[in-house]
Amino acid sequence: MERAVFATRWRSHAARVASGMVAAAVLAACNAGAPPVLAPGTGASPTASSGAVTSPDVSSTTLTVYSGREEELVAPLIERFEAESGIDIEARYGDTAELASIILEEGEAGDVRADVFFAQDAGALGAVAAAGLLAPLDATVLDRVDARFRDDEGRWVGVSGRARVLAYSTERLSEDDLPASITELTDPTWAGRIGWAPTNASMQAFVTAFRQLEGEDAARAWLEGIVANDPVVYPNNTGAVEGVAAGEVDVALVNHYYLMRLLAENGPEYPVANHFLPGGDLGSLVNVAGAGILADSERADAAARFVDYLVSEDAQTYFSEETYEFPLLDGIAADPRLPTLAEIESPEIDLNSLADLQGTVELMRETGALD
Amino acid sequence: MAQDQARGGHVALPAVLRRLPVASVSTRRPPLPLLAAVATIGVLAMLPLAYLVIRALGVDERALELIARPRTLELLTSSVALAAGVGLGATVLGVPLAWLTTRTDLPGRRAWTVLTVAPLAVPSYVLAFALIAGLGPRGVLSGTLQSLGVEGLPSIYGLPGALLVLTLATYPYVLLTTRATLMRADPALEEAARSLGDGFGTAFRRVTLPLLAPAIGTGALLAALYAISDFGAVSILRFDSFARAIHVQYRSSFDRSGAAALALLLVAAAFALVWAEARVRRRAALRVPHGARRAARVVPLGRWRWAALAFCGTVTGLSLVLPAGTIAYWLVRGLAQGEPLRLVADPIGDSLVAAGAAALVAGILALPVAFLVVRYPGRLASMAERLLYGAYAVPGIALALALVFFSLNVVPFLYQTLTLLVLAYAVRFLPQAAGTTRSALMLIGPHVPEAARSLGRSPWEVLRTITLPLLRPGLLAGAALVFLSTIKELPLTLLVAPTGFGTLATQVWGAANGGFFARAAAPAAVLMLISLASVALLLRDGEHSP
Repeated sequence: MERAVFATRWRSHAARVASGMVAAAVLAACNAGAPPVLAPGTGASPTASSGAVTSPDVSSTTLTVYSGREEELVAPLIERFEAESGIDIEARYGDTAELASIILEEGEAGDVRADVFFAQDAGALGAVAAAGLLAPLDATVLDRVDARFRDDEGRWVGVSGRARVLAYSTERLSEDDLPASITELTDPTWAGRIGWAPTNASMQAFVTAFRQLEGEDAARAWLEGIVANDPVVYPNNTGAVEGVAAGEVDVALVNHYYLMRLLAENGPEYPVANHFLPGGDLGSLVNVAGAGILADSERADAAARFVDYLVSEDAQTYFSEETYEFPLLDGIAADPRLPTLAEIESPEIDLNSLADLQGTVELMRETGALD
Repeated sequence: MAQDQARGGHVALPAVLRRLPVASVSTRRPPLPLLAAVATIGVLAMLPLAYLVIRALGVDERALELIARPRTLELLTSSVALAAGVGLGATVLGVPLAWLTTRTDLPGRRAWTVLTVAPLAVPSYVLAFALIAGLGPRGVLSGTLQSLGVEGLPSIYGLPGALLVLTLATYPYVLLTTRATLMRADPALEEAARSLGDGFGTAFRRVTLPLLAPAIGTGALLAALYAISDFGAVSILRFDSFARAIHVQYRSSFDRSGAAALALLLVAAAFALVWAEARVRRRAALRVPHGARRAARVVPLGRWRWAALAFCGTVTGLSLVLPAGTIAYWLVRGLAQGEPLRLVADPIGDSLVAAGAAALVAGILALPVAFLVVRYPGRLASMAERLLYGAYAVPGIALALALVFFSLNVVPFLYQTLTLLVLAYAVRFLPQAAGTTRSALMLIGPHVPEAARSLGRSPWEVLRTITLPLLRPGLLAGAALVFLSTIKELPLTLLVAPTGFGTLATQVWGAANGGFFARAAAPAAVLMLISLASVALLLRDGEHSP
């Protein structure tokens, strides 16, 4: 059975490559700068030359989702939605910022192919929204989520919450050794003991929040203090938590759920724990992954159903149980090992204000936190 | 580049021998269809650069300040240094391995051939993870040393680690190109030198090495350009490279203009490397003789055998066994914790289709380029070739965005199609196929097809019945390189592929990036097995071909 499916797929691929190659060759011969020439067998719609084109293979019930969230996490959820709704989803997985870049390119060319953008962080949604590419969402969807976790103009909605934490080594630190505030990490006693991932979007969102809440000078001073403590730079949060486990550093500035995943792979003896900084400290900022519908989508109804599903009980339970994130829908509990969102006392901030990444990247460059 | 060889070398050959074939290749002008084909390929290769220029023109003041920082120059310098170091390192590992596996009585020669080429199949970021697991601060090696009382292993992070990983990932380029020449070149010159009293070392340095120079240069250049545009390994090993800064710019500020301007600087540095390689090679150039080829004498290693085995073993251990062991460890650790072993057929099929088609198309595109460069050497030919190499260094993300831009604006019906993806792979990896095809074509010599022409065969018949069969090993080697590069490629696959299309490499990346190493292990293992099998097939064919 599997073999047969595979063989069919292969043949159809081969046919598509071959027919496309013919088209490309015809095109090359006719000078690449000329308006597109339609060759037989490409399956292109006759309106192709008018500019705004719908992909020929996409029927009216197939939704295209650009997902900056990992396939490992999202694919099972999409399957559930497909089974429930009868709507087919074609998902393109990739880095959130890179997907935002291609949506911006598509927008400039007036040829947006995505129906839904499901992003890892609010900043990327903000950039796409700022380019005028997102349509306002329905109030029934928006109202299910706390106003802190959605766009105030209703162009995107938060889907799941992730808290900043200090992941620490349970072998080398006791709870008494842990700082009460993120600002204590600039103390020289932490020199050489901190791991972080300054290129990570969540880390940069945290610095943006720092700038918004405490001011530019305080953020600069904090970054300079951390850099002076010679932090170990990791390419991503997973690497930073693994660095704590491996004894390279004692603490790491990360999101809360990376540890949960590593616990699932390594077992409960894994020598790392999360420290949620108390009392509304900046170090426990809660950010969201969220979704928005592209304004040019011709399948806005189906897209709305998908976004609606993402904030449904079913999907919210999934995020809680499978990705260890905080559900944003009232009445759905987070993983029992985690505090509740209310207990975290996340600092008050408008997540839209996290869109000013350029200023953050500049500040991080000036202080030597980034290249 | 090729005209440098055509102009002839400096030693060993009587002037008359050098002049004869030279005269027969360079006096004719290239036929129009050949020029048109190469021009089309050149335009395709130039598209990414054109996109970068278009975007960079929109650069704002903020981004200009960013580019004008002294740090930019620092990063560029360290990237060029890394690239040069990797090119050199790949030569130091690749050339002896090629010689040992083709010309000596090394025990298990066949097996070593496959094992030393196979690291080409290991994505560099997997190799980086593996080396940290093996040689990092809490790795296997430091653990062993600590139990023996030795402390303070030098850090793997930064330049040393980046150099090591990228050298191990790229030496097979040098190994393959050098090996092809060693197997096809006439050993008569070396033997003449030896019979005239040169010792082995002198003969190797004065005769064999200059003979190999074009092949080594091609391989080292591929290695260096791979290093200068690599992002995955350098970021895992925390080396501040220029390509990494470009990625940071793309990823964290949605600033396509500033990033494009930075990418143009990187491409300029890459062109400088291409130019430098051509300069070095000009001095070393020597024409390959076209005598009847005989098998080279097998060099007995004697007591050096153990040193040779240790060398092969160390390289293979670091570049192949360590990553394979790391993948196995991920798998076992995950299964022990009850992670499901998930392996679906779709990504395997998608990988094979994409890589197979890319190899085929690149092999076809390489032919006109190689013909122009070898048969009609001159300014035009060398320009076309250098251009291809320069475009090879465009960072993956910039290349992907360029294709998104051009396909949306010029050929919207090709946007996000498999056709565009395959074409993108083929153009991206064309230098690999063109390089090996060129080396093979140089060894055929123009007089064979010319004789056939004079006997009344049409040009097409000559190509089909004589030149292509003779080119077969070179073409296959080139196609295999493209296959292996494509099957582990990431940025193009993620951003240009049809929506829903996923390869083994994107699966490995997606899982490992999210910290799901156990789930990354199965596709990574399959990726390595497929690649090993294709390497074994390729090399077997190479050994038996005439």
